Amino acid sequence: MTEMSGADMVVQALVDLGVDTVFGYPGGAVLPIYDALYKHPTIKHILVRHEQAATHAAEGYARSTGKPGVVLVTSGPGATNAVTGITDALLDSIPMVVLTGQVPTTLIGTDAFQECDTVGITRHCTKHNYLVMDPDRLGPIMHEAFYIATHGRPGPVVIDIPKNVQVATGTYRVPEKIEHQSYRPQVEPDADAIATAVAMIAAAERPVFYTGGGVINAGPDASAALRQLVALTGAPVTSTLMGLGAFPSDDGKWLGMLGMHGTYEANMAMNRADLIIAVGARFDDRVTGRLDAFSPDSKKIHIDIDRSSINKIVPVDLAIVGDAGRALDAIIAGWQDAGHKARDLGEWWRRVDGWRATRCLDFPEKKEAGADIMPQRAVKALFDATRGLDPIITTEVGQHQMWAAQHFGFSAPNRWLTSGGLGTMGYGFPASVGAQIAHPDRLVICIAGEASLQMNIQEMGTVSQYRLPVKIFILNNEWMGMVRQWQELTYESRYSNSYSDSLPDFVKLADAYGWTGLRIDNLGQLEDGIQKMIETPGPVIVDCRVAQLANCFPMIPSGAAHTEMLLQPSDVTGTMDDEAKALV
Amino acid sequence: MKIKTEAGERHVLAITVDNEAGVLAKITGLFTARGYNIESLTVADISSDHALSRITIVTNGPPPVIDQIIAQLERLVPVHKVVDLNDAGEAHVEREIALVKVAGTGEKRIEALRLADVFRAKVVDTTLTSFIFEITGNSDKVDRFIALMRECGLVEVGRTGVVAIARGPEAL
Repeated sequence: MTEMSGADMVVQALVDLGVDTVFGYPGGAVLPIYDALYKHPTIKHILVRHEQAATHAAEGYARSTGKPGVVLVTSGPGATNAVTGITDALLDSIPMVVLTGQVPTTLIGTDAFQECDTVGITRHCTKHNYLVMDPDRLGPIMHEAFYIATHGRPGPVVIDIPKNVQVATGTYRVPEKIEHQSYRPQVEPDADAIATAVAMIAAAERPVFYTGGGVINAGPDASAALRQLVALTGAPVTSTLMGLGAFPSDDGKWLGMLGMHGTYEANMAMNRADLIIAVGARFDDRVTGRLDAFSPDSKKIHIDIDRSSINKIVPVDLAIVGDAGRALDAIIAGWQDAGHKARDLGEWWRRVDGWRATRCLDFPEKKEAGADIMPQRAVKALFDATRGLDPIITTEVGQHQMWAAQHFGFSAPNRWLTSGGLGTMGYGFPASVGAQIAHPDRLVICIAGEASLQMNIQEMGTVSQYRLPVKIFILNNEWMGMVRQWQELTYESRYSNSYSDSLPDFVKLADAYGWTGLRIDNLGQLEDGIQKMIETPGPVIVDCRVAQLANCFPMIPSGAAHTEMLLQPSDVTGTMDDEAKALV
Repeated sequence: MKIKTEAGERHVLAITVDNEAGVLAKITGLFTARGYNIESLTVADISSDHALSRITIVTNGPPPVIDQIIAQLERLVPVHKVVDLNDAGEAHVEREIALVKVAGTGEKRIEALRLADVFRAKVVDTTLTSFIFEITGNSDKVDRFIALMRECGLVEVGRTGVVAIARGPEAL
């Protein structure tokens, strides 16, 4: 119980909470905290080049470690620049604590220099936020904020700290045990519901596991439990974009990702199933396709730690509120106690194999050395070249992201970092910075599009400063490819503003920042180029030129059902009506 | 293309929350952000230590939306409890106060006073050319009284919105 300044309390709390890394950018209203950090060399501060990148780097750190990411930014523009990353963390349930400086309490509300209503602006894009008006409250609030960010459904928490609260002194208090008065997430699943789930799974003839980011968030043990339960029941598994890695992609039970750019077999299995076991997934519109045609003949079990996710979009037959890992463990225990054996699902698997026979991820390509590289081929080559190296992959947002999800295989959680819910272009590169900081010796690759990458390309400076060996692999087709694809499908190829004009020379840019820059122009150079990227120490940017007009298939067009997938470009016919055009 | 809307039903929600700055904004913001309706909203501090407030919201929506509203409210950190008072049938009491100003002379003035008496509205202020009535009751009664006053020289209305509490000995 010592008297200290608010700024010292903030740093002391970070130390006490086990924080080793803070991503941030200084400014007037956080100078006292930066001065306190100067005296605490145990906390590593990563100086980014833009506050949005600090939030995505913190997300990359959090997703690859399971620990909360921490961000420190100044008031006004510092805080508003962080809003995109905060919202991204909210939509993808990433634990994050953002400390923002604020003008002194005496100036709040006067339109002071670099003042903005940070708690007002972030009220609906955070899990919770605080404006600290009294230094004595800093200790309890810091500890409570980390508790809220990491317990229940994880999410971002903002603590706005006026400059005079950082300078004033008070008593630093550490709460003995955080037991929030009103926030008590339900972690343990209900035993009766578990028993019902076990009976439903045992009775199902056409079951499918549909898993999501909740399994990743529940920790590696939850992924292990999922594998065990799948082995026990013999049922097929599909996953959302967020859930990739929880189940190994080389397992025979794996159907691939489902949804808009998921596999034909995953979507058909969802449509024809008699039981769907949703684990930590939220029936997003990118997953369900047209709702009235979504899995019409199935009973549905939904395991989720957030009660509000249940029955939000798709009504379910059995709700299990709790941690995905605990629920899976409980189902396994119930299954074994009841002495269930895996049912003969042979007929169901024969149907799955029939859908698999469409080979929906195949793509047309020319094989000669001088041919254009199909983007799918580039991702497959990258996957093949990094097998056994256990890489961490981040992506930006767009076609390249979907190709990476389709063609890069993952066998463990926390290796796949992508912006799912918010779909934030500019996410992937800074996220790779955060992942590389957390795992200095691992191979971290950002699979990027040339358009997305430019949204946070200034972070090349951060990478140079901290000598991070990040690799950026650009699938450069000179288009905002997903925008162009939708314009092709929806607007009769009127390509309004989707061409990536005036691109920089990425190799020269690499040179300017002290990186290595490589360019791959045709199929003959692909494998060697990738190998060179992996073997080159330090940061590398690879400008991989790919076929410009390739589109991402298979695809469920907007307003269509799982059974109405477009498998090839030739399936695209006619024009879209307004109802379909109005869907995102 | 036309945008479709779904028919709803009226629900009264009683919510206890931390009595802190920003909580009301959090709740009203949730309603606007997710497109839920607010027909009325009342809020006041209800505990001796001023730590808790009670919010009564009258909302409107189809049953799955009402369920979602409750789930979304429950996951807000400063929310302690959410009760749908319509869940226990109609077993709750609703009251609202309105202050109704009527101006005029002659037969209309007499008729206003006579109707106020029928509705058990109290006269809380009077001049030679106006009355202010105070009326308490459920929203229907208040609505009907105000409708009648429109014919008798109504010039101004202030309403509190609904407060509600479940019948029987149990607390929220």
